Amino acid sequence: MTAGAKKKTKSENLEIGWQLRLYVAGQTPKSLTAFANLKRICEEHLEGKFSIEVVDLLVNPQLADGDQILAIPTLVRKLPEPIKKIIGDLSNTERVLVGLDIKPLA
Amino acid sequence: MAKTNKHVKQLEALQKCPTGIKGLDEITGGGLPQGRPTLVCGGTGCGKTLLTMEFLIRGATEFGEPGVYISFEEKTEELTKNFASLGFDLNALAVDKKIVLNYIHIDRSEIEETGEYDLEGLFIRIGHAIDSIGAKRVALDTVEALFSGFSNEVILRAELRRLFGFLKLKGVTAVITGEQGEKSLTRFGLEEYVADCVIFLNHKVDQQIATRRMRIVKYRGSAHGTNEYPFLIDEQGFSVMPISSIGLDHAASSERVSSGIPRLDTMLGEKGYFRGSSILVTGTAGTGKSSMAAHFIDAACRRGERCLYFAFEESRNQIIRNMRSIGIDLEQWVNKGLLEFRNSRPSLYGLEMHLVTMHKAIEAFKPTIVVVDPISNLVAAASEMEVKSMLSRLIDFLKMKGITAFCTDLTSVVSSLERTDIGISSLMDTWLLLQVIEGSGERNRGLYILKSRGMEHSNQVREYRLTDNGAILQDVYVGSGGVLTGAGRVAQEAKEKGETLERNQEIERKQRDIERRKAVIEAQIEALRTSFEAEKDDLERAIAREKLHQQVLSEESQSMARSRKADKQQPQKGKAIKTGKKVGK
Repeated sequence: MTAGAKKKTKSENLEIGWQLRLYVAGQTPKSLTAFANLKRICEEHLEGKFSIEVVDLLVNPQLADGDQILAIPTLVRKLPEPIKKIIGDLSNTERVLVGLDIKPLA
Repeated sequence: MAKTNKHVKQLEALQKCPTGIKGLDEITGGGLPQGRPTLVCGGTGCGKTLLTMEFLIRGATEFGEPGVYISFEEKTEELTKNFASLGFDLNALAVDKKIVLNYIHIDRSEIEETGEYDLEGLFIRIGHAIDSIGAKRVALDTVEALFSGFSNEVILRAELRRLFGFLKLKGVTAVITGEQGEKSLTRFGLEEYVADCVIFLNHKVDQQIATRRMRIVKYRGSAHGTNEYPFLIDEQGFSVMPISSIGLDHAASSERVSSGIPRLDTMLGEKGYFRGSSILVTGTAGTGKSSMAAHFIDAACRRGERCLYFAFEESRNQIIRNMRSIGIDLEQWVNKGLLEFRNSRPSLYGLEMHLVTMHKAIEAFKPTIVVVDPISNLVAAASEMEVKSMLSRLIDFLKMKGITAFCTDLTSVVSSLERTDIGISSLMDTWLLLQVIEGSGERNRGLYILKSRGMEHSNQVREYRLTDNGAILQDVYVGSGGVLTGAGRVAQEAKEKGETLERNQEIERKQRDIERRKAVIEAQIEALRTSFEAEKDDLERAIAREKLHQQVLSEESQSMARSRKADKQQPQKGKAIKTGKKVGK
């Protein structure tokens, strides 16, 4: 991800809201669970203000370097900045919300 | 050994991946296990990163095996800069697709963990890097950083196990580094997973001098050196000094080289030292050890040989100046490129560093004679045992190369002169002892040959004198007055000379006496003979007179007989025959 791309999307920050990217490696159970969990959480808490991009590293391994991906699955919050990463199958909704700064710590 | 194994049973024996690092391939018997992971562990700053990087670089440049360097700690730009200072151009290698540098950033603060995950992303990245250049070698430095990035240790450990399996599957020879733990080899127990080969690096500081050491903790399926091997890092990278790699199978030359002092050669069986032997000169301060070395060098340079002088006490210029005072011009040989000085303080760096710099200097200059002046000073840099081990390796190395080693050793006055401080006498082939002989208010130098292997040598002490025209050896006075040297010897010699002169005069006098007596006696004999002659004359005259008288008488009687007509006398027959016989005989 280049800095230029980030700048472009900054102005559209408010309209697009949450730009999320989920890294997976093939259709593993963990990846499927993570995607399902993510979709549910976003629909519940960020209705209409999010976009999810799924990157399959088995298809595009070179993309792993950009976001420094080690663990699979990894969810990256590209926007709003700063970049946040959540790893795991996102089964703990509370922690996902805290991790994405959707909900402050109780 | 490993090499022959490789040839004989290629299928069964473990394949080795040469590191190209000086010495390491010797102690591992050919390199790291091919296609398996090796753990390199040690404390901070012990050279783990350098070892792994050099493994990759040498693999890429010398063995045609591209490598992937995965760094968890240093960014690629930093790495490139660090290694540029060691003369490795990582950028050029990266451009040539010989090396891939990959920095994996782990920041705990950015990562939130929820639920199950694995490290497939890391695998994919490593796999991608390997595939992109067809790498055969991989370095992970240090994979322990993962422990700071992920809190779920159960997953992490399972994934690490899987990672090493993955690397084996990829068929790459991997080097993984690990930080030394308090009780275990690595802080996070990586040795559990990497079970094939473990190398431990150690950086110990003793008396403010640091020495790096390396040990092969384990090497599955292969024999390996088990000792702690000193190693060092310099501008050419890593080098390990295997102690055991030098054996006692060097050739022994029977060629002789002159010591540069004619009478010393005479003492050493008329010819001097053996080429390629080790010579030790011990003595207390100011006994002329360096001067003896200078003579040896001077003689060698005159023959056109190359000499390397390691000086641990004096500077180059100081040695040249001092030797000029005994009529030896070393500067001309320096200018001709036959002589080179390497001056350094013993405490400048550790013994091993000394050894390696000496090795390098010897390899570069290719001398036939090496002087170490003095070896005793090295003790300042390390313990006695270490010095002994270092010197034995140095001398073995020199012997292997057929280089004549000339070492001087300063002994203290208090201790026994025949005991060198370092106890290395057993390593030496020829041992000369310079001793101060005190007497008649002077200190003079005496030289003995304590031993000289394989040659007849003098058992006599000689006086060793340094003159304007070089060192000379002289007989000492050994007599009823004890051993005398210097002025005492001169006085004694003068005295003896006087005594001899006196004795000679006495003999001459006596001889003259004899002559005189002989003359007197001869004169007497002459006088006697003269008187005898006179008497003889008289007597003969008297005899003649008597005879005449007798004749006259007989004639008178005959004439008287004739006149009386007496019988003719018959001659007697028998008597005449007898007489004739006698005459015939």
